[in-house]
Amino acid sequence: MRITVTVDGTTYLDEVEPRTLLVQYLRERLGKVGTVVGCDTSNCGACTVHLDGHSVKSCAVLAVQADGCEVTTIEGLARDGQLHPVQRAFHDNHALQCGFCTPGMIMQSIDLLAENSDPDEQAVREGIEGNLCRCTGYQNIVRAVRDAAHEMRPGAGPEAERMNEAEMGTQAGVRRS
Amino acid sequence: MTTAAEPGQEVGKGRLRKEDARLITGRTRWTDNMSLPGMLHMAMLRSPMAHARITNIDTSEARQMPGVLAVVTGADLADSQGSLPCAWPITEDMKSPDAPSMAVNQVNFAGEVVAAVVARSAAEAADALEGIDVDYDELPVVLDMAEAIKDDADLVHPDLGTNSSATWIFDSAEAGTGGSVDEAIGSAEVVVERTFRQQRLIPAFMEPRSIVVDPTGEQVTMWSATQVPHILRLMLAMTLGVPEHKVRVIAPDVGGGFGGKLQVTPEEVITFLLAQKLGRPVKYTETRSESLASAHHGRDQLQKLTVAARRDGTVTGLKVELLADMGAYLRLVTPGVPILGAFMYNAIYKIPAYHFACTNVFTTKTPTDAYRGAGRPEATFAIERMMDELANELGMDPLELREKNWIKHEEFPYTTVSTLTYDSGNYEAATARAKELFDYDGLRREQAERRQRGDSVQLGIGISTFTEMCGLAPSRVLGSLSYGAGGWEYGAIRMLPTGKVEVITGSSAHGQGHETAWSQIVADKLGVPFEDVEVLHGDTQSSPRGLDTYGSRSLTVGAMAVLSAADKVIEKAKPIAAHMMECSPDDLEFSGGKFTVRGTGTDTGIADIALAVFAAHDLPDGVEPSIDADATFDPENFSFPHGTHLCAAEVDTETGQVRLRSYVAVDDVGKVVNPLIVEGQVHGGLVQGIAQALFEEAVYDESGTLMTGTFADYLVPSAADMPSFTTDRTETPSTTNALGVKGVGEAGTIASTPAVVNAIVDAIRHKGVDDVEMPCTPMRVWQAIQSGAQSAAGPGAEPGGGMGSLDAEGGAR
Ligand code: FES
Ligand code: FES
Repeated sequence: MRITVTVDGTTYLDEVEPRTLLVQYLRERLGKVGTVVGCDTSNCGACTVHLDGHSVKSCAVLAVQADGCEVTTIEGLARDGQLHPVQRAFHDNHALQCGFCTPGMIMQSIDLLAENSDPDEQAVREGIEGNLCRCTGYQNIVRAVRDAAHEMRPGAGPEAERMNEAEMGTQAGVRRS
Repeated sequence: MTTAAEPGQEVGKGRLRKEDARLITGRTRWTDNMSLPGMLHMAMLRSPMAHARITNIDTSEARQMPGVLAVVTGADLADSQGSLPCAWPITEDMKSPDAPSMAVNQVNFAGEVVAAVVARSAAEAADALEGIDVDYDELPVVLDMAEAIKDDADLVHPDLGTNSSATWIFDSAEAGTGGSVDEAIGSAEVVVERTFRQQRLIPAFMEPRSIVVDPTGEQVTMWSATQVPHILRLMLAMTLGVPEHKVRVIAPDVGGGFGGKLQVTPEEVITFLLAQKLGRPVKYTETRSESLASAHHGRDQLQKLTVAARRDGTVTGLKVELLADMGAYLRLVTPGVPILGAFMYNAIYKIPAYHFACTNVFTTKTPTDAYRGAGRPEATFAIERMMDELANELGMDPLELREKNWIKHEEFPYTTVSTLTYDSGNYEAATARAKELFDYDGLRREQAERRQRGDSVQLGIGISTFTEMCGLAPSRVLGSLSYGAGGWEYGAIRMLPTGKVEVITGSSAHGQGHETAWSQIVADKLGVPFEDVEVLHGDTQSSPRGLDTYGSRSLTVGAMAVLSAADKVIEKAKPIAAHMMECSPDDLEFSGGKFTVRGTGTDTGIADIALAVFAAHDLPDGVEPSIDADATFDPENFSFPHGTHLCAAEVDTETGQVRLRSYVAVDDVGKVVNPLIVEGQVHGGLVQGIAQALFEEAVYDESGTLMTGTFADYLVPSAADMPSFTTDRTETPSTTNALGVKGVGEAGTIASTPAVVNAIVDAIRHKGVDDVEMPCTPMRVWQAIQSGAQSAAGPGAEPGGGMGSLDAEGGAR
């Protein structure tokens, strides 16, 4: 089947098998290997991307379902070398160890913040419940997401993915160490 | 040239990690990301039977399927695949079956590989598995360890004549390190005996294992999601008879291991053989279900403990009798895992008589091997549970009982009844800090109040005052335990002409943050900026020697090798600096990246020397034009981190639901290089240990099929299942290494499991409960309360222990 998809700002026109999963399409056809696969039952969230601005597990979506849609992956978040505030917050709060869950975790966190711009600890924990991390024990991830919330203005999500450079500049100035 | 940092300013600082930049932007190099010209894909057919003879395999249909280049069975590989290595023969008469990578005549666990397909695409390879027909002749399964060692038991490997692989014994009276346990028990005022079950766990690293083999170069190159590239290279050479110098192994980005990737796997061997056979690169990536079913599992022991004591609480003897489930085969260090625990049952206590005996048992289940802590969590769990049981028997506060028996801080160094010498520690300090952060006395008061008013939600306080041995070195000790390798580590430093530094480490990281920590250490030592240090690891070509990462050994052994190489760099640079400044080397001192002529303002930076050496125009006579250096470090002892963990658990006596109300972990890991990384290691470790207490178990049905074969059934906790932790540190430097550091990778996992179970039992002890089998699911806790009995197995022993997808409370996913 023929699909047209925009991924991280580039439009692709491709012939895909109906059974091809979105994550396979991203990784194998487009070389978007920043998005990873951690399970075969849609339980781990490692493959989370944004489909038209909302997080989906890309192992639970067929490539053909993304026809006509806009997909953002972890690779499309940073703009002109400036990290997205959530990416930066993960770094600043040591919210990753091996980093395998991180792309999915970041994409899910952005979606969470789009719905709730100031989540409390419990809301963060519930918001990322579908994303497993075996390394960090989650505490620093929770901290990172709440930290990012305070650094971002309300209504992150798709808008934050289009954040202009001036805004990003102030975010980048916030460092810890 | 860059300005030199002040000495000592990097180590101890919470540096944000260098590793993160790539990982948070998706610029990653997981093995499965790799794509090579002409690369083919492999899929494995695995046995659905736990124990069966293979009577026939028909691959003719699969061979005809589109895109298929090769279909192989065990018979095809029988002559070339060798037997997978077991590097730890714990006794001279240990029984060890042949361990083919691909089953030839018989399968011994469900998930064992019986055939493989190589095709143009992963999808075509997977499709072709359908075209393979295997006929099995079923054999009786062997699932229960206690049954398996009875005389008339069905045998996993009939040719071995028994399901018992080996029995390993330590006895303090025989060893001359203590008295006779039987005498201690015979003359004891109090004897407590308990049997605990260490359920089977699955490491469940988030990155499924993946392998790419490229046979097209002079060296065959294997990329593998492994913790142990160096060991893997050696073992491939030894197992397959390929010349070692013709093999290169690369562990690129590796997504967690926890011991689960400390292995030489059947899949690695099979991928290697098929790439060689086809002359083209081949990739194999396991699915999560394959990983859960066939990658090695951990724990799985039955632990019988008998403790003898006086009425005043003085412990007089400890006897430990174990059965340890090996699964169907002995993998790389399978038999040694329970034996590592032998040194840890006496824990932080002065126990005058000790006996340890462990029988390793074969079953028709997935092989077990190292999982975070490997032997030590099991030991710590059992002794810490036992201390609570003894305290209850004596009517003492469990902390008081511990204090009465533990080694006092002024008694270090202390040689234990199991022969180890603990170099340093301060259990009083860690405990005092933990009690304060936890409000121990306040919570005890609340517990008494709730008990008095018969609250349906009862409060329990769980204690774990643990220690562990880490570093897995020195080599001579490993040798005395018949371990197949040493415990040293390798490091090297390359001084580049521009003054930048390349550090090579043999210790292969997969999330631990070596690149950041090693940079901090080297920056201080050589007085160069943190940013100017690049750490290279995980490739046998760039990092030629090494023993990799496991057993919390990287910092205490690996970083010491790097430090020692840096010392050599400074020594080599010294005569050159003296030559450049026209003084005697004896007049020089090195600090902050500069050699200074004592008593003058004249100095030369290490970067200037690196450049001078590169030009080599004017060097002292007889001095080689290089200040690069390498070193191999073999420590004189293990390191012994310790800590006090306190857990408050609320147990709803009507539903059995457990809620962790607060958790305080005070760890003493010696000097700290990077507090941020240390805290992260503790957090992650805690969750894995708590998950054993509350959620995780690999459950088999009566036919030997793994029932917890997906992440829907094997309950790796999510963020919503976990509380936040209060962590703090006390600091007693290790005296056995120059930095004073101890390991930290496993501490949280080792300490937390007994803290949680002790808290649960403490909450409902007044209901007549003295144990709840792990994982302590609501069903089991409720059952324990109902029966007031010792163990609540039975209902709740199904997959997920009744907490799985059936139970929204338990984290349905
Ligand atoms: S890969 Fe696990 S949820 Fe998609
Ligand atoms: S950082 Fe390793 S799985 Fe989350």
